[in-house]
Amino acid sequence: MTTAREPVPMPRPRAGRERIVGRGLIYLGATLLALFILLPIYLITVSAFTPRENAFDFPHSLIPTAVSTDTILFFINASGVIDSFWRSVIVALITLALSLLIGAPAGYAIARYAFRGRSGYRLVVLSTRAFPIVILAIPLAVTYRLWGIDDTVIGVAFMHTALALPFTVLITSSVFVSVPRELEEAAQTLGCTPLQAFLRVSLPLALPGLAAAAIFTWVLSWNDVFAAVILTLRNPTLPAKILAALTQSPIYFQFAAGFVMLIPSVVVIFVIRRYLLGLWGRVVK
Amino acid sequence: MAEIRVERVTKLFKQTRAVDDVSLTIDDGEFMVLLGPSGCGKTTLLRSIAGLEQIEGGRIVIGARDVTELPPRKRNIAMVFQSYAVFPHMTVFENIAFGLRMRHAGKADIDRQVREAAELLHIESLLERFPAETSGGQRQRIAVARALAMQPQVLLMDEPLSNLDALLRLEARAELKRLLGEIGSTTIYVTHDQVEAMSMGDRVAVMRAGKLVQVGDPLTIYDGPVDRFVGGFIGNPPMNFLAATVERRDGGSVAMLAGAGEVRLALDGSETQPSGAVLLGIRAENIEVTDDGDGLRGRVLVVEPLGSHNLVTIQLGAEQLKATTRPDQRLERDQKVRVHIDPTRIRWLDAELEVALGAEDAAGPGAGRGPVTLEQRDTQAPTAEG
Repeated sequence: MTTAREPVPMPRPRAGRERIVGRGLIYLGATLLALFILLPIYLITVSAFTPRENAFDFPHSLIPTAVSTDTILFFINASGVIDSFWRSVIVALITLALSLLIGAPAGYAIARYAFRGRSGYRLVVLSTRAFPIVILAIPLAVTYRLWGIDDTVIGVAFMHTALALPFTVLITSSVFVSVPRELEEAAQTLGCTPLQAFLRVSLPLALPGLAAAAIFTWVLSWNDVFAAVILTLRNPTLPAKILAALTQSPIYFQFAAGFVMLIPSVVVIFVIRRYLLGLWGRVVK
Repeated sequence: MAEIRVERVTKLFKQTRAVDDVSLTIDDGEFMVLLGPSGCGKTTLLRSIAGLEQIEGGRIVIGARDVTELPPRKRNIAMVFQSYAVFPHMTVFENIAFGLRMRHAGKADIDRQVREAAELLHIESLLERFPAETSGGQRQRIAVARALAMQPQVLLMDEPLSNLDALLRLEARAELKRLLGEIGSTTIYVTHDQVEAMSMGDRVAVMRAGKLVQVGDPLTIYDGPVDRFVGGFIGNPPMNFLAATVERRDGGSVAMLAGAGEVRLALDGSETQPSGAVLLGIRAENIEVTDDGDGLRGRVLVVEPLGSHNLVTIQLGAEQLKATTRPDQRLERDQKVRVHIDPTRIRWLDAELEVALGAEDAAGPGAGRGPVTLEQRDTQAPTAEG
């Protein structure tokens, strides 16, 4: 006996208009988000290249009417700015290198090895950030003097590394957790030592996550003012220099400084971005 | 190619004995299947042989070398993982070439061996792709090709077909068997699928709770399970086990099944005689169901037509029994039937221990099964055949 076939409700194809509205909303959201980030960048850039006498125009024109590099050149050539700039770059690069060199293996250990006190360790790592750096400032400055690394690039880099490490450790550990252990084991059956298996398999697979950690670290170091101000005096990093020299300066110099601060971060993030999106075989070449 | 000797290997996870004093010899060129339910220690044993697990006791010998203390890379093994473990950041070519590169093989050699392995598995056309651009079945082939390219002494496979869908698995099973038969490498193959074990293995080693329960060729194990667990685990449907009492009567023996009647036994007197309370083990295909006659009295509970045969569940006294019948034999639910058990195909088990009585009947010498006791050491005699 056959039962009467019941009509199966077909999924109604979405009306074209509905889909267009949906897409429109997505694009609208994306545009707003992009504007949120890009508008300040744009305004700073425009202001940095506006002739001094137009800086206070109101209402301010969104389109540059007159372009001038006077302000920016004056700022760049001011005493100590270029030195501070390079100091900042070096501090950020050392921080990047140190925090990845220390943080990635630590993250790997948390991800792979069930050692005694692992969860406690994970908590302690994060709790270092619970200390307000203000409280640490004086003892830190004293210790740095004792060790003779006060007012040095490496000293600031150490501090930034300490600040960045908790996040590097936690980010990389979650990255390594997502790399299946069987891949490393397969590499070992195919002739790798455990270290080779890590270098040839886990590390390349973790690259996107490591890139994210790297961007985070770079931004943290590049933007840090507080630690830099406490730990440097005659050899300030760029943010410290700007803070010290420009709080009393006219606003157009502040825009120029803002622009100079912006550029390296944009360049670095664009370089690292390549790895962030490097998902093998899924990227259209 | 090499023989593998596993000697009294024990592997502990905290307090659990994942592998418990297991000894097993796999002959040169043999296809050995480790079979058991999940958590029985079969994968752990395989990983111990691969060197991925440190063992707490015993020895592992591959060829003439004691490899117990060697890391995986020095054991001359290759392994196919359940997840395939194909490297996603390398092309298929680089995946297969990986092990050869680690050996610092020459460029021409690598190229040749990769292509040979790829040809064996019919994946030549995929060499330039990334794994993400291949299907599950193709990835499984890539994993096998990567292992074969190493030309290992020993090939270890951990449920390599379990992630494939049913149809593909059937196809891959036959092809893998053909391929490994051609290559003739010593292979250990882990599976929880008894059909896979039966159809592929030269011999099957059944494990339970970290212990080796029975080793033998598939048919021997199928017909002569060493205990109730093996009889129930191997074969679909599982072997029927019925409580019976055996008595001597009229110069012969009779097995009485409560509430169903009796079976006259054809004992040739050569082996252990069942007597008293026993378990009667019988396969579904060794049971005949008729409408009348003088067999055991039963009642049909369920009839499941399977095309090539029908699977019939029958109430027999207080117990249930599964029998296969010809598809054209008409049986209805609740129908009274007579059940005929082929007395020559009965497997007798001790009622309490649920372990087979006697030992040498169906199995014969060399099946890796000594006199049956609960002592595990005796059930694993690593005798080689041929």
